[in-house]
Parts: sequence; C-alpha cells; structure tokens
Amino acid sequence: MNTLTRENRDDAGAQTEQFVVPPASVIEAGDGYRLEVEMPGVNKDGLDISVENNELRIIGRRSLPVVEGTLIHHESRPENFLRRFELDPSIDANRINAKVEQGLVTLTLPKAEHVKPRKIAVS
Amino acid sequence: MDLIRYQAPELTPWSAADRWSNLRDELNSFFELPVWSSFARKGQLFTGWSPALDLYQSNDNVIAVVELPGMRKEDIEISLHDGTLTVSGERKQENSSYGDKAERTERYVGTFRRTIALPTRVDAGKVSATYRDGVLTVTLPKAEEVKPKQIQVS
Repeated sequence: MNTLTRENRDDAGAQTEQFVVPPASVIEAGDGYRLEVEMPGVNKDGLDISVENNELRIIGRRSLPVVEGTLIHHESRPENFLRRFELDPSIDANRINAKVEQGLVTLTLPKAEHVKPRKIAVS
Repeated sequence: MDLIRYQAPELTPWSAADRWSNLRDELNSFFELPVWSSFARKGQLFTGWSPALDLYQSNDNVIAVVELPGMRKEDIEISLHDGTLTVSGERKQENSSYGDKAERTERYVGTFRRTIALPTRVDAGKVSATYRDGVLTVTLPKAEEVKPKQIQVS
C-alpha cells in the first residue's frame, strides 16, 4: 500500500544535468494520496510531471527573479529540482492531478475504482 | 535578538548516497560545535526550518531573496531593526483534514525566523517586498548618505 512512498534512487540512466532533491511529504487522504513537493521559484511553466513504467517523475525548473546588483551572500542552490517515486499499483495514473501555488507542488493521486472498498449487497 | 548562523538547507545533490552524506554532515557539524553552544542550538540543528537567503547589493539598493515555498503572503513578516533584517512567519499545514495519514513527512511546518545583518544603512521607510512562486524578494533602498556619489571636478 505504501509503494508511493518508496523513492526511486537507482542510478540507471544517470542524469547529466545536476538536480537537487526537494523535500516532499506524502499524505494518505480520503480516496487517495496527496503529494506535496517544495520547489521555490518554480511556476506552472517550469513543471514537467510524467509517469513512465510506473515511475512518477517531477522536474521543476526555476524561473527566479532577475535581481540587479552583485551577490554578496549566497545560500540558495542554482540547480533545478527532481524527485521520483514509484507509484503504488492502487493508484489510477490517468487521474493524477497537479497544481502549483507559491512554489509548492501538490499532486492528488486517486486510487483506482477497483481497489476502493465496496459493500456487496446480499441478494 | 537572535543571530543564528545559517544552517545549510536540507537539499542534497541527486545521488544514491545523499542520505548518508547528509547524516554525516549533520554529525560532523554537531561535533564541530563547542560544548556550550550545543544545547542552545539543538533545536536549530535537528528540526528547525531556516530558509535559504541570498543578498545582493547594487548602487541604490540592498536586495534579499528568500526561498519560502508554500506560504501565504499574510503569514510572512518582515522587520528591520538596528541594521538587521528579520524575515519570520509561520507555515501552516494547509488543506489537511481529519483522517489524513502521513506516509512521509519531509516538509517543515511551523514557525521560522531568519535574521541577517545588512551591509549598509537603508531607508526603512522605503522598503518593499514581493512574494512570487514561493520566493520572497525584499528591496531595501540604501540611505541617501551611503549611496555612491559622483563628484564633479570644477
């Protein structure tokens, strides 16, 4: 049931581009899961979410504000974000929904109809 | 006033070993601390949320860029005191309801406070801020007397 929380960290198909791993939370809510990923500086245009071979991949490319001046103190990371999860078989991949608000990406992953508990009427 | 040394954000490069290097770094920084400060900083070291902050300086302005994903504008507070800029606030758990079960919790929810000393005097009355895509940009115009001036040779 909690395969969604299993991360894919295998190095097969090593990325040439450098990414940072953003913090993410997975919450089982209602009839599915909610996945929250922090990607400051990423808006709708910079998001690339895909499902392939049961792997959910979220890439966020930043569009940071252009600031005039010289950098005198630096803590942020310049890399874009990447996070991968293996999808639980109970999730209906066709109905995954995503939104991004103030750099927080929220995905709703509903369970497929056939795995939902149901009452069976006695005839 | 608490001036806290910046703690590296818990973002690690993409690699299979990042969990371990992260843990190692934490342990290393823990042992590097003087004994007297380890208690005071315990909360910061292990649980706190200290958003990443960049500081820029131009001829006219000092600009602070702070990464604060998933906040509401109303929950961010900016204050200026004695040459230091403080950004603080509280991140609330949004749209959660009874019966939710956390499978994995990496996002930090709660209050944070970030203080930084400014390199020069600024005009407190003209400070402006924007919050976009989870990034807060605070523009602090320099005080007139510290702005660079061209002096004409007569």
